Amino acid sequence: MTATDPKAAVDTVTLTIDGKEVTVPKGTLIIRAAEQIGIDIPRFCDHPALEPAGACRQCLVDVAAPDREGNVRPFPKPQASCTMTVMDGMVVNTQHTSEEADRAQKGVMELLLINHPLDCPVCDKGGECPLQNQAMNMGRPESRFVDVKRVFEKPLALSSEILLDRERCVLCQRCTRFSKQIAGDAFIDLQNRGAMQQIGTFDENVLDFDGYSPAGPAAEDESGRAFSSYYSGNTVQICPVGALTSSAYRFRSRPFDLVSSPGISEHDSSGSAIRTDHRRGKILRRMAHKDPVVNEDWITDKDRFAFSWQNQADRLTRPLVRKDGELVEVSWPEAIAAAAAGLKAARDGKGVGVLPGGRLTLEDAYAYAKLARLALGTNDIDARARAASAEEQAFLGSTVAGAGLGVTFADLEKAPAVLMVGFEPEDEGGVVFLRMRKSLGKQQVFTAAPFLSRGAEKLAATLLPVAPGREAGLLDGLVGDAFEALEADGAVIIVGERLAATPGALTAALKLSQKTGARLVWIPRRAGERGAVEAGALPGLLPGGRAASVAAARKAVAAAWGVESVPSAAGRDVDAIVAAASSGDLEALLVGGVSPSDVTGLTDAIDKAGFVVSLEVRRSAVAEAADVVLPVAPPSEKAGTFVNWEGRLRSFATAIATDALSDHRVLDLLARELGVELGTGSIGAVNAEIAALGAAADSHRPKAPTAKAGRAPKKGDVVLASWHQLIDEGALQDGEPYLAGTGRATVARLSPATADRLGFAEGALTVTGEGGEGVTVPAVVTDMVDDVVWLPTKSPGSWVAQELRTVPGNVVTVKVGA
Amino acid sequence: MTDADETWEVNRAKDGQEKPFESNLPKKGALGQALAPVAGFGITLRNFFKPTVTEQYPRVKTPPMPRYHGRHQLNRYPDGLEKCIGCELCAWACPADAIYVEADSNTPDAQFSPGERYGRVYQINYLRCIFCGLCIEACPTRALTMTNDYELAGPTREGLIYEKQDLLAPLEDGMLQAPHPMVPGTTDGDYYRGDVTKVAKEQTAWVREHRPDDPTLPENAVMAAEETR
Repeated sequence: MTATDPKAAVDTVTLTIDGKEVTVPKGTLIIRAAEQIGIDIPRFCDHPALEPAGACRQCLVDVAAPDREGNVRPFPKPQASCTMTVMDGMVVNTQHTSEEADRAQKGVMELLLINHPLDCPVCDKGGECPLQNQAMNMGRPESRFVDVKRVFEKPLALSSEILLDRERCVLCQRCTRFSKQIAGDAFIDLQNRGAMQQIGTFDENVLDFDGYSPAGPAAEDESGRAFSSYYSGNTVQICPVGALTSSAYRFRSRPFDLVSSPGISEHDSSGSAIRTDHRRGKILRRMAHKDPVVNEDWITDKDRFAFSWQNQADRLTRPLVRKDGELVEVSWPEAIAAAAAGLKAARDGKGVGVLPGGRLTLEDAYAYAKLARLALGTNDIDARARAASAEEQAFLGSTVAGAGLGVTFADLEKAPAVLMVGFEPEDEGGVVFLRMRKSLGKQQVFTAAPFLSRGAEKLAATLLPVAPGREAGLLDGLVGDAFEALEADGAVIIVGERLAATPGALTAALKLSQKTGARLVWIPRRAGERGAVEAGALPGLLPGGRAASVAAARKAVAAAWGVESVPSAAGRDVDAIVAAASSGDLEALLVGGVSPSDVTGLTDAIDKAGFVVSLEVRRSAVAEAADVVLPVAPPSEKAGTFVNWEGRLRSFATAIATDALSDHRVLDLLARELGVELGTGSIGAVNAEIAALGAAADSHRPKAPTAKAGRAPKKGDVVLASWHQLIDEGALQDGEPYLAGTGRATVARLSPATADRLGFAEGALTVTGEGGEGVTVPAVVTDMVDDVVWLPTKSPGSWVAQELRTVPGNVVTVKVGA
Repeated sequence: MTDADETWEVNRAKDGQEKPFESNLPKKGALGQALAPVAGFGITLRNFFKPTVTEQYPRVKTPPMPRYHGRHQLNRYPDGLEKCIGCELCAWACPADAIYVEADSNTPDAQFSPGERYGRVYQINYLRCIFCGLCIEACPTRALTMTNDYELAGPTREGLIYEKQDLLAPLEDGMLQAPHPMVPGTTDGDYYRGDVTKVAKEQTAWVREHRPDDPTLPENAVMAAEETR
């Protein structure tokens, strides 16, 4: 080791395990030191990501350590290697070399099996069960226990998704430690003592009540029980026995029956690594895949359980063409020809609008971007199926696109201070929340929001109260603790996609970042948002962050694509495309994975547009109204790359081989029929092209936004605040009732003063937007900003974009009662 | 004439010359040698007086040995609920890949077996089955056993893939056709240990409410018997 090696600074300890000498950093646990030299010590409770517990006692080893005089003296009894740290000169003998340790481990195994049922044949864990494996390795062939085993009623439903078989539990406390230390949702805990000790649902009448109570009445589900965690599925994965199972997978299959394929979750912009287990072409379950730089060991419940959407009965397998008002199944060539004919007519007429949606891979988004520019000759393309603005586009083009790996998960974990604006760590971030929670106590977290959400509360965040739409003013005038904290080296400002709806907010965030030196990161919600920005699936952006309005940038892209020019006319954004299609200014729409309920007015636009082509996995509302429907593959049936919010390329291979085509292949066929060689027929070709294009030169980028803050609403007006909850009625969560059962109840929130003014005590509120019918949901009074009403964006009974036809930050009408 | 042919001829010539053939059978006496040409009839005559072993198979069906590995059967508990829980261990044990199982969840409206799951689809392909019985050993609830039925031939492939209804044990007297709820107050463990011995009143009432025409209801059984008479 040289002097510059950072490892040299670490204190090390040298010890002997099974006769082999090993040098490890001070403070290492014996079990980790043994792992390093390939010595396996059986264990149940030990998990590298959790704090040591020493609960199962399976890892007992013989330890001898030097005393004060330096004589190596053995401990009188075997010690748990998962809780004991190493010391210099220690001599450890595991079950491989010490009869005493072997005897101790066998004794523990026998004790663990006393109350463990012998139901391996019908247990879900059978075949991948550490207890089963170790019992086969070192257990007795015959049990000496002749009495009746302890039995419990089974299964105990901790939530609609997580089921507990208490008789199988070996009380290792991995699940309770995970929920306390990692997720922060102590919804299960150890109860009782001795032989009756068991894991149970959280109950203040038992020991170890930590004083936590749910954030408010709204935090409880319909049954009145405290809701479960957004990360509860991880406890199923780390359970070393079959005690915790999920309703979705329970008794569905056997581990040795499954084919496992690595993949990337399509549910959020974190790009969590997952493992898809499938058989006979059907996904049975998804597990977290360990990825130390992104999601570590964990994924959200949405990543884990929401996969059945793609195998619903309305899954499309054949192209559909509307004939005599009915959609009929036709061959691919016929459908492509029909789509091309319609798009050609519209292109030569008033034009085509392209709405790819925010869930695409980089390759698919690139194909959309190229098809729009080359085959349809338009910049009317916008992948943002949500509130969008020109300011946001300028921000994305100048700051995000082509910037490569910016702020990473590791940076976020190490940041001394984090300011979140328009971003809810738990609801919109998923595993981002878990990473930030790792630094609980070491990191100052500030959140600019109308109220302290449960996720922010678990991060011990300081609330910077702000009504939606007023974020720009807050950021511009930020002083005091928050400002000083952001001046620290490595501080991070997180802006969410919701800021697009607030004029001036992103401009203010950029300014604040420059003033404080804090790094700025944009964390959108959907998996394909960052990829779409990189691929140029926005009206004013060409691939790599090149501005469509800059002639040199257009020329560079045209040269790379081998064409004379790319369209220079300014493109319409999503709202303008919807408006133009509704008014007849656009004759056709090419729509990808967009739910009409996410974009206000899209349903009307599709009805009014002369010709609609839909690329869909399922027979969605768009497909139902389209003239040509081209079926495309869901993420598990195709290969591709998601670009996560860090800017990290998250490539994944096909998990289940089917004949479903990716969007980029379908668009390649479509372009060929339109007389253009798109060259997006294969993943390799697309990626080579993207790599060759590279990121934009600074002079080719759009200018940073300089938008002004919006006007404050009139006094007495109530402004809408809203964001998506992690588990809601999103299209990718269809067909999973167990998961839906763990979602948070739909409630509206308003402040005590606003409630007083409106005369609200308890019951329901009716919130009406500008043109919509409005929603009626139960409401709760929350400690929050006055003159604001909060609604979940797409939870049961509260579909804001569709029912209210407005976006957060706008004034709404609130009425007490139905 | 090749060399090989020549060798053949020479060897042939030597055959029997150096050592003539000698039978290993004991030599018979003079009478024996005299009767040798008709001795074979003695065997025929002797067998006239022995019991016959010919089985008149299609007309007379002889039962095989009690542990004969014949067609499978999916058994029921005494109240008519199915024993199969759809765990698929039989399919896993099968060396010939002859068994296909798809399980489904029992619901309060349709409880087919005690516990949480039942086998919704159960197929055994008798063109593949080698009757080894490993599936029987694998079954954790003794739902799958083998009968002595050996008549497993047919004119079509499809016909030899036996479905669940072909394999399910017939309902014995007093059993109630599934689906119906479990005996109140019992668990799947009680069923497994044999503590459930007959149909409970509540189960009959449930079936009466949901399927009043079910032929396995006591009142309908009487009617059915009268009709037969």
